[in-house]
Amino acid sequence: MSALTAGSALAVVLPLILLFGFLLHQGASAVNVDFFTRLPKPVGEAGGGMANAIVGSLILIALAGALGLPLGILGGVYLTESRDRRLPWLIRFVADVLNGVPSIVIGIFAYTVVVLPMRRFSALAGGVALAVIMLPIVLRTTEEMMRLVPASLREAALALGLPEWKVILRVVLPTARAGIITGVMVAIARVAGETAPLLFTAFGNRFWHQRLDQPIAALPLQIFAYAIAPYDDWHRQAWAGALVLIALVFLVSLAARIATRGRYSAVR
Amino acid sequence: MTTAAASRSLSSAVVSARARRGWGDRLFRGLARGAALSLILLVTAMIIGMAGAAMPSFRAFGWRFLYTSTWDPVAETFGALPFVYGTLVSSLLALVIAVPLGLGAAIFLAELAPVWIRPPITFLVELVAAVPSVVFGLWGIFVLAPWLRNWVQPALGASLGFLPLFQGPPYGVGMLAAGIILAIMIVPFITAVSREVLLAVPNTQREAALGLGATRWETTRIAVLRYGKSGLIGAVLLGLGRALGETMAVTMVIGNRPEVAISLFAPGYTMASVIANEFTEATSDLYLGALIEIGLLLFAVTVIVNALARLLVWSVGGAVKQVRE
Repeated sequence: MSALTAGSALAVVLPLILLFGFLLHQGASAVNVDFFTRLPKPVGEAGGGMANAIVGSLILIALAGALGLPLGILGGVYLTESRDRRLPWLIRFVADVLNGVPSIVIGIFAYTVVVLPMRRFSALAGGVALAVIMLPIVLRTTEEMMRLVPASLREAALALGLPEWKVILRVVLPTARAGIITGVMVAIARVAGETAPLLFTAFGNRFWHQRLDQPIAALPLQIFAYAIAPYDDWHRQAWAGALVLIALVFLVSLAARIATRGRYSAVR
Repeated sequence: MTTAAASRSLSSAVVSARARRGWGDRLFRGLARGAALSLILLVTAMIIGMAGAAMPSFRAFGWRFLYTSTWDPVAETFGALPFVYGTLVSSLLALVIAVPLGLGAAIFLAELAPVWIRPPITFLVELVAAVPSVVFGLWGIFVLAPWLRNWVQPALGASLGFLPLFQGPPYGVGMLAAGIILAIMIVPFITAVSREVLLAVPNTQREAALGLGATRWETTRIAVLRYGKSGLIGAVLLGLGRALGETMAVTMVIGNRPEVAISLFAPGYTMASVIANEFTEATSDLYLGALIEIGLLLFAVTVIVNALARLLVWSVGGAVKQVRE
């Protein structure tokens, strides 16, 4: 039975190895300076890059962070500090359920609250969609990490006469910083690869974006558009884009892992 | 000074100190509470906004929407049955493949593996979960689908072709490809949550079974798996929730044909992929309403599945916490 379970563990991680091998094999040749600095070329012209999509993805992530992180972290603070019994339970539950809502449904939500009133696709709508995806992840990790701060630290600060809000901002949050940053990075790794909620919010753009109320390109959207197109040049670009995207996601995940190595494993 | 007077003067000092800094605390608490409540507001807005936008379709078709299978944007007749069917079949197929593998891997990682090998494999499993859906889709189009078309489907057709499940021409893309790619994508979730459930089982359970002379595998089966059963069911439901709503990878390999076909080789369509493909093309309110109604349905189903899963997973964790306290 031991061998059987070891075999299934192998089967779980095998696709990752296959996938990464193919990505390197197919995509590495198309990842060059042009890829990071040029705009996409029209069909039939070789070369070109995804500079606009890479910048677009970064802008979308920054927008999502600006909207989602303060809410998520403050909400996490509420969950740890509240003495209320029912409301935190409800919020925890809603956060976990929201975390499981398909991202495409969140895209529809952003469409109804941002795209419909503004009457156009926009970077802003994409940012809102990604922020909604980040929110529950950041909220729950902030809560868990703040719970790890020893009560004695809090009590010592309170005994010195600091008001509660200062204790939280100056003592508890800084102590839990590494853990909270991990949560933030996990959330960024998750939204960096999201495609579905951007299809009808950010919409994609073959050029540099002009303003935040205009459609914007994103790396996952560009990969999708190139993958389902019938041109070999574009397929190569799609592989290269996927390689860059997955490298980005893995690096962020790895950084998150390293940031909390000692603390996190101690909890488990 | 009596102690009563001393404590009175002390408490009045505390009260006045509180009054002095009260506004800061109150403001901060209000902000934090507001941030937490915004989550509930968000979900409420989500339901109301989507229900409002889906109204035209609900008025026009009523419950018929769920069990008719005509999807004709030109005639503006919409029935969601093929998508509901495709979502259910592809997700069930994914569970059939992913549940044994995920549980096996979780048992390996939590119970049987040598301790030094556990962290790196756990990390790799987390990385599989972090791979973006669109990258799996790309791999599905260019690697998985051709492999299925050239090797797997002909072999299945030759050996099990008498079953209606494995009949028809091998396209590569189709229900089978969607099920396999979904299985690959949800298996890390099932593994990770099951592993945590197993780790939450108290050691006294294992020690008792080992003390009675059980082997390691018997201990796992009798003492650990049975104890964590509800949590493991929760883990599987979490995986199911992911599979139901997974969009990009499925859209890229399922073939996108709105028909109900028995064969796993045939192309299909899911609720999430029809939204992804047709949302920007929907010109009329009715068409858009029909797509949003599908989204609302997807939302309702995943919320129910996830809520059940959470309660089950928490039930194991909660029981453990009580034992420790």
